Amino acid sequence: MNAPLKLGLKQRYSLLTSGLDWTPSYQPFEKIYPYAEFEGIKIHDWSKWEDPFRLTMDAYWKFQAEKERKLYAVLDSFAQNNGQMNLSDVRYVNALKLFLTGVSPLEYQAHRGFAHVGRHVPGVGPRIAAQMQSLDELRHVQTQVHTLSHYNKFFDGFSEFRHMHDRVWYLSVPKSFFDDARTAGPFEYFIAIGFAFEYVLTNLLFVPFMSGAAYNGDLATVTFGFSAQSDESRHMTLGIEVIKFLLEQDPGNLPIVQKWVDKWFWRGHRVLGLVAMMMDYMLPKKIMSWREAWEIYFTEAGGSLFEDLARYGLKVPKYADVATAEADHLSHQNWATFYQYCHAAGFHTWLPSAEEMDWLSEKYPTTFDKYYRPRFEMWAEMEKEGKRFYNNALPQLCSVCQIPMVYTEHGDHGATSFRVSDYKGEKYHTCSDGCKDIFDGEPEKYSQAWLPVHQIFQGNCGGAGLEDVLKWYKLNLGADNLQQAGSPDQKLWDEWMAAKDKVAG
Amino acid sequence: MTIDIKTLKVEPRRNTFGHIARRLGADKPASRYEEATLDIQATDNFHYKPLWDTAHWHYDASRTAIRMQDWYVLRDPRQYYYASYNIARAGQYQATERNFDFVAKRGLLDGIEPEWRDTVGFYLLPLRHMEWAANMNSTNMCDRGYGTAVTAPCIFSAGDHLAMAQILGRVGLALDGNLGTSLQEAKTAWMEAPEWQGLRKLAEDSLVIEDWFEQMVAQNLVIDGLLYPLVYGAFDKAGQTRGGTGLSMLTEFMNDWFAEHSRWVDAVIKTAAAESAENKALLGQWCRHWLPVVKDAFAPLATRVLGAQQGAAALDEVCAALSKRAAALGLS
Ligand SMILES: [Fe+2]
Ligand SMILES: [Fe+2]
Ligand SMILES: [Zn+2]
Repeated sequence: MNAPLKLGLKQRYSLLTSGLDWTPSYQPFEKIYPYAEFEGIKIHDWSKWEDPFRLTMDAYWKFQAEKERKLYAVLDSFAQNNGQMNLSDVRYVNALKLFLTGVSPLEYQAHRGFAHVGRHVPGVGPRIAAQMQSLDELRHVQTQVHTLSHYNKFFDGFSEFRHMHDRVWYLSVPKSFFDDARTAGPFEYFIAIGFAFEYVLTNLLFVPFMSGAAYNGDLATVTFGFSAQSDESRHMTLGIEVIKFLLEQDPGNLPIVQKWVDKWFWRGHRVLGLVAMMMDYMLPKKIMSWREAWEIYFTEAGGSLFEDLARYGLKVPKYADVATAEADHLSHQNWATFYQYCHAAGFHTWLPSAEEMDWLSEKYPTTFDKYYRPRFEMWAEMEKEGKRFYNNALPQLCSVCQIPMVYTEHGDHGATSFRVSDYKGEKYHTCSDGCKDIFDGEPEKYSQAWLPVHQIFQGNCGGAGLEDVLKWYKLNLGADNLQQAGSPDQKLWDEWMAAKDKVAG
Repeated sequence: MTIDIKTLKVEPRRNTFGHIARRLGADKPASRYEEATLDIQATDNFHYKPLWDTAHWHYDASRTAIRMQDWYVLRDPRQYYYASYNIARAGQYQATERNFDFVAKRGLLDGIEPEWRDTVGFYLLPLRHMEWAANMNSTNMCDRGYGTAVTAPCIFSAGDHLAMAQILGRVGLALDGNLGTSLQEAKTAWMEAPEWQGLRKLAEDSLVIEDWFEQMVAQNLVIDGLLYPLVYGAFDKAGQTRGGTGLSMLTEFMNDWFAEHSRWVDAVIKTAAAESAENKALLGQWCRHWLPVVKDAFAPLATRVLGAQQGAAALDEVCAALSKRAAALGLS
C-alpha cells in the first residue's frame, strides 16, 4: 500500500465533517428545517460557510477537559482555604449575587438556545459550531454555580437564585432579554446573541466582572472567567462569521439584519446598565468607570468593527449615540433606584463614601456633581437622622426593557423619559426611543410581556402587600434584602476581620 | 497582611442552594452533579411565545405526551455534568487515539481480506450519516425537552454521535490512505444503494418526529439499541475471521459508548414508564411501532454483510435482546 497522503488541518476537518449532511428525499427539506425561512433570510449556498474553528469533537473534549481539571482544582483549594476571606471587602459579594441571579441563568438560556440553532440552521458548519457553543454555555452556567456555591455557604442572596430569576422585578430585565432572543427565529437568535451580545457587548459584561474579581481578591471568579475566555473567543468568531455570511449571501438580508442589530444593541445596552452600576458603585476597589469601559469597548472597538462591516452596507446601530451620551448618567440612575428599593432586592446597597463620591466626580465631571451628588448627600443626611429613605411606591416599567421608568430625557436631564404606543386599544409605555422602536416593530410580542409590577397589581405574585410579594420571591427578609450596614453578611465579615486581626496579633 | 486563616473557625451558614435543599429534604451538602443540574432550567413567568411555535413556551412540558409530576426524577446514573462528561470522554478517546496509532504502525488494516475490505467500506462508512442524524436528533431532544436532568445528557449525546461520525471518517481515511474517496463512495451508497435506502428513510423520518420523547424512544432505545450490537457486535465478529481485528480496535469506542449510553437511556425510560400507566402504555406503543420499522430498515444491510440466513438470524438476535431490554424497562 502507498504511504497515506499528508492532510492539512483544514482538509482533514473538511473530509471528516463537511460531507455529513445530505439532501433529503424521503422527507421534504422544509419539514426537516421548518424554521429556516420564516424570517425572510435567504441563503443560497451553505457550502460557502468557512468553518472558522475546525475543531473535531475529540479535540474539543481534550481542550475542555484540560481546562476543567485546572478550574476545579482552583475551586477546591479556594473552598479549602476559605478564599472568600481575602476579598477586598464584603460589599464586593453583592456583585456576585447580581451575577448569579441575573447572568448565570442567561448562560443556561444560551445553552438551550444554541441547541435550537444547532438543530435548525441548515448547513453543517454553523450547526456544529452552534452545538459546541451550546455545550460551552452549559459549561458556563455549571461552573458559575459551582464557583458561587462556596459563597452561598456563607453569604445571603445566593440561595434562591433560580427561584428569584423567574420572579423578582429587576431580574425580569435580563430574563426578558433572553426570552426575547429564545423566542425569535434561529437567524435572529444568532444575530442577537452570537453577534450583538457575544461580539459587540460581551467585553462590557465579562471584562468588568472578571477584572472586578481580580481587583477585589476573588480568585475563584477570576479563574472561571479566564477559563471561559477561550470559549468566548470562539463564540465571538462565530458571531462575526454569521453576520458576514448572512450579508454576503443575499442583498435582501441587509435590512433584516440591520433591524436586528439595532434592536439587540439597544436591548443589550439596557441590560448592561446593571454592569454599569456594579462597576461604579458596587466594587470596593474600582477598575475603571462605566464611562471609560464604554469608550474602550464600545466606542473604539465597536467603531472599528462597524467600519469593517460598512462594506456590506451595515450601519452603526441606531441610538448608539444616545447610549454613548447616556453613559454619563446610567450607573448613577440605576444605583439610586436600587438604593431606594433595596428592601425589595436580593442584595444590599449603600451610599458611596466621601472618597467614592470624589472618584465619581472625577470620572463624571459633567454630571455627577450636578445631578447625583446632591441626592446622595441628602440621603446620607437622612440616614444620619435615622430616616433612611425607602421608596414604597411601585414604579411603572418599560414594556420592552422592563426597567422602571427612572431614566431622564436625552438632552433634558430634569425630565423623566417616557414614550407611549397604542396597540389594540391599549397603551404601552416605554423608557426611550430605542425601546419604543422595538415595541412598535413587534407589538404583538411585547404586549405579551410578563411585567412584574403589572403582575403584582393583578395579584399574581403572592398577595397585595409588599411582604407577601417578597415572600413569594423567597427573599429571606432582613437577611437577603435591605442595607449593607447591619446585614448578617456584614456582621459575619466583621467577626472574621476582628478574628483575623487577633490572630495577626 | 498575611495571616494564617486556618486557625480561624469558619462555619458555613448553609450547605447548599434553597432549591437543592428542598429536593434533598434538608439543607445538606449536595454533589456537583446535583447543584449543576437540579432546577437549573427556568420554569415560570415566561415573557413571549416563540415566533417559531406559538402554541408553546420555549420551555414547555407539553411538547411531549409523556407526563411527569417532576421532570427532575429523570436523573442520569452517570451523574454527568459538563466537567465530568468532558473528562470522561477525553479519557476514552485517548484509548481510541492509541488504537489508531497502533493499527497504523503495524499496518493492521492491510491484513483485511480484500473482499471483506469492500464489505466494510460498504456497511461501516455510510453509518457516519446515521450518526449525523443521531446527532441532530439528540440536539433536538435537548432543544425541545423539559428539565435539565434529561436535556443536558442529550447535548452530551449529540457530541458523542458527532465524535463517532468522525471516528468513522477517520476509519475511511485510514482505509483509503487519506484520499477521502472511501467517504465519497460511502455517501453515494448512502444516497443510492438499495441496501441503504431503508436506513436513510429511517434517518429522515426520525428527524421529523414531533414528540421529543418519542424521538428518545426511537433513537436512543430502538435505533441505537439495534445498530450498535448489530454492527459493532455481529458484523464485527464476522470480520474477525477475515483479518478484521485491527478494524475492531478502531471502533472499540462505539461498544464502550453504547454500554454506557444504555445505562442512561434505560434509567430515563424506566423512570418515565414507572410514573403512570399512561406513560407506560405510550412508551410501549412507541417501542412497538419503531422496533419492526428499524428492524426492516436494517434487514437488507444485514443480508448484504452476513448473507440472507445469517443476516436474518443476527438481526433476530439483536431484536430479541432489545425486546427483553424493553420489557425490563416496563414496556410491554
Ligand atoms: Fe457563556
Ligand atoms: Fe458565550
Ligand atoms: Zn426600555
